[in-house]
Amino acid sequence: MELASHRYGDVVVAAPVGRIDHANADSLTAALAPFLDPADGAGLLLDFSRVDYISSVGLRVLMLAAKTLRTQQRKLGVAAPTTTVREIFEISRFNLILDLSPSVRDGLARLSPHAVATFDAARPAGAA
Amino acid sequence: MKRVRFWGTRGSLPVALVAADLRAKLAAALRGASGRAFADDADIDAYLDTLPFDVAATFGGHSSCVEIETGGTDYVLCDLGSGVRPFGQAALAKHGGTPQTYHVFMSHVHWDHIMGLPFFTPAYLPGNRVVVYGGHAVLEEALRRQQARPSFPVDFAAFKATIEFVRLEPGQRHDIAGMGVTLKKQRHAGDSYGYRFERDGRSIVYSTDSEHSLADMKETDGFVEFFRDADLVIFDAMYSLVEAISVKADWGHSSNIVGVEICQRANVGHLCMFHHEPASSDATLARVLADTRRFEEITRAGAPLTITSAYDGMEIDL
Repeated sequence: MELASHRYGDVVVAAPVGRIDHANADSLTAALAPFLDPADGAGLLLDFSRVDYISSVGLRVLMLAAKTLRTQQRKLGVAAPTTTVREIFEISRFNLILDLSPSVRDGLARLSPHAVATFDAARPAGAA
Repeated sequence: MKRVRFWGTRGSLPVALVAADLRAKLAAALRGASGRAFADDADIDAYLDTLPFDVAATFGGHSSCVEIETGGTDYVLCDLGSGVRPFGQAALAKHGGTPQTYHVFMSHVHWDHIMGLPFFTPAYLPGNRVVVYGGHAVLEEALRRQQARPSFPVDFAAFKATIEFVRLEPGQRHDIAGMGVTLKKQRHAGDSYGYRFERDGRSIVYSTDSEHSLADMKETDGFVEFFRDADLVIFDAMYSLVEAISVKADWGHSSNIVGVEICQRANVGHLCMFHHEPASSDATLARVLADTRRFEEITRAGAPLTITSAYDGMEIDL
């Protein structure tokens, strides 16, 4: 799984696409690995706006990523989940351990004032 | 196989509905009935039927014991939790002193799954036959030891029924009580065993005290095959997914989410959640059931999967 990514200040926004299940959870793990490198130091925000579904195996990948970042005093956020994925987070109670935000901008704001300022500066005036 | 009857559905430790719980239910029912008149008992029953299960009833508190009505003459049980006490009373009420045969399939010998045996009255009556099956070498030792002094005042030797122990080999099909029975070793401290029962084209899987490692897809695939096309799967859904893989990882239990996922992949007809967390209230269990049904709905790719949550006294017709 390839993750399109963009850095806003001290936060990287990465965007998985499609279904995350037992068929490609290993691929997501591999794709996330570079962002979990302790040398990076940036926070990580996953833009979930194009994820249709996430299974238990995929949720485990998120939990392990959050755990890894936590040991490095870094943060993981998940932004803009679809209605279905948001429901899965709630039913699995992952909403209790993930830092969820309704939009990428909100997610950046939760992780870093510098990152959201960079994001706003990069957007045309009036854009969401 | 005709029917499954649940005598004990709680995990780890029996629990009781306490006075405050009952009072809260009564208050909710009375609030709902405000201004309503009841002409007779049928009217009252009709009103009670409109109330949510967690208001009008309770999931109950006995530990694991499940009866399978096979259509044959012998009794078939899974586990000897505290629920086997009321089962024994019901069997005695039905048969009196007429000797019966009880086939008992043990998931494992942790306390909550064996604690009912000293209170299983048919075991004290001569003429009865109790055959205990399992995959553990320590099965007989564990059952004898819990009745040894100083743990219990009545020794195992007080049983006057014929008590037999049969160790079953996992992965092989055994013909018992007119059923085909297959065991599967499960991930649990000291191991546990799941059972698949087949008869007359019907199949039931009893899979409790079983943790599913999300890191081992091959292991999960093995359970998909074990559950394959079963009419009913009784599944350890003790924790939420996040608990099962974080703070309660390696505690040997599973979640509603993993239950739905495996049953969907295995084309199961009916998933019954079982081995409820003792700290969960009726309201919590009702919410988990509603959430699980919603999860099945939004993830459904094939035929709908029926989902229920076991309660003491519940019957499922096959």
